[in-house]
Amino acid sequence: MTGSLTVVGFGLAVIGAGIGVGYIGGKAMDAIARQPEAVGVIRANMLIMAALIEGIGLIAIILGLIG
Amino acid sequence: MAQHDDHSHDEGHESGHEGDCGIEHHEATEYDPGATAFHHISDQNIFTIGPWFFNLPCILYAPDQGWSLFSSSKFHVHGHHGDGDNAMHGYVMHEGVVMRVKDDAFPRGAVDVSGYKQEEVEVDGKNVTKYYVCQNDHLYELDQESALDGGMFGRGITSFYDFSITKNVVTMIIVCLLMGWFFMGIARSYRRREGQAPKGAQSFIEPIYIFIRDEVVKSMIGEKYERYTPFIMSIFFFVLVLNLVGQVPFFGNPNVTGSLAVTFVLAVFTFLVVNLNGNKNYWEHVFWMPGVPAAVKVLVLTPVEFLGLFLKPITLMVRLFANITAGHIVILSFVGLTFIFGEMGQNVGGGAIGALVGTLLGLFMSAIELLVAFLQAFIFAILSASYIGAAVVDDHH
Repeated sequence: MTGSLTVVGFGLAVIGAGIGVGYIGGKAMDAIARQPEAVGVIRANMLIMAALIEGIGLIAIILGLIG
Repeated sequence: MAQHDDHSHDEGHESGHEGDCGIEHHEATEYDPGATAFHHISDQNIFTIGPWFFNLPCILYAPDQGWSLFSSSKFHVHGHHGDGDNAMHGYVMHEGVVMRVKDDAFPRGAVDVSGYKQEEVEVDGKNVTKYYVCQNDHLYELDQESALDGGMFGRGITSFYDFSITKNVVTMIIVCLLMGWFFMGIARSYRRREGQAPKGAQSFIEPIYIFIRDEVVKSMIGEKYERYTPFIMSIFFFVLVLNLVGQVPFFGNPNVTGSLAVTFVLAVFTFLVVNLNGNKNYWEHVFWMPGVPAAVKVLVLTPVEFLGLFLKPITLMVRLFANITAGHIVILSFVGLTFIFGEMGQNVGGGAIGALVGTLLGLFMSAIELLVAFLQAFIFAILSASYIGAAVVDDHH
């Protein structure tokens, strides 16, 4: 089986982004459990943060694709 | 409307032994899921609804040749490889992509071509694929696929420009017309039924509109939100509807928001709105962050913030593109399980199992993709709003 080392790079980038998004999700669940009335604000901020972290992962993947 | 002609493929195969420049016609024996998926998510000059094919116009411009306008049916594409049997004014279709013959000696007008050839060549330490077309037992080199980015994304500058009305363009026009009709109608009924409870389509769109207005526009931009509401709403509903249209089976299967060109233009709009409306505080925070030592400003913060100006729209562009494209590729890979298990039609039992597993996984993935369609439209809107909010917020000091 042949392959390219860039694929390993994709995997590494996704590990980092996955840890980040998972941490955000877990913390958001904690926060919602503590203050269920603030669920709207927490969810919006969680999505923004997750999107930003995911953006870094995506940039890494795109750099791997073109580099 | 033209039905795809599968018979011509066999004829071309038999007659292709004479004057074919020694190109071996080989049938695909092994299924390549990656290549198939990429082929199906790319833009095409044809619009399919179920079993029907609509040929779309090709509008091409080359500086030394002028404009060429003809239907994509002139390429006489057959089968699923997307190779055209015909050249038109020096343009050919290879793997569903319009390419131009570099050589001036190539005959103009409609001529038969007998085959295509690809070659990996190393140029300046990089592997480049060169394409050739065979016409009358003579190989002509093809130019790369047209790119309107001025060579920014590494494809180089091509000798022609492709302004064709492709599948994505048709989808966007249809979506714009439908959305215009739908939202104009709703706006009219608000005027007509002023002070009354919403009715019909009004009650469908009102909760979504109010949700975006309150959760996204108001909370992110602050008191000046009214000025930017139309922009955020347009972006949100445009992306949402295009995401959802890409999920409709057997209707063109366009991948509009999974096309870098489309998301690039959307991100450019956000970039322009943010930076044209940026106030004094915004630019001060970019170029001369208050409360930080001058050395840190010059060496670290200003370059980073300046880079951030461009990175923000770039991440917007890449995020939407990558999410939608990834979803399409995953679904196509699940569909491809049928062919992998079926060993290209040689193993019927395996094919049946593959079809069953692929259908179930594909349905599951489609359900997730519906969520992603909404989520990505929401994230594009909320991030645009937060960038605008950061640019127009009043001084708090």
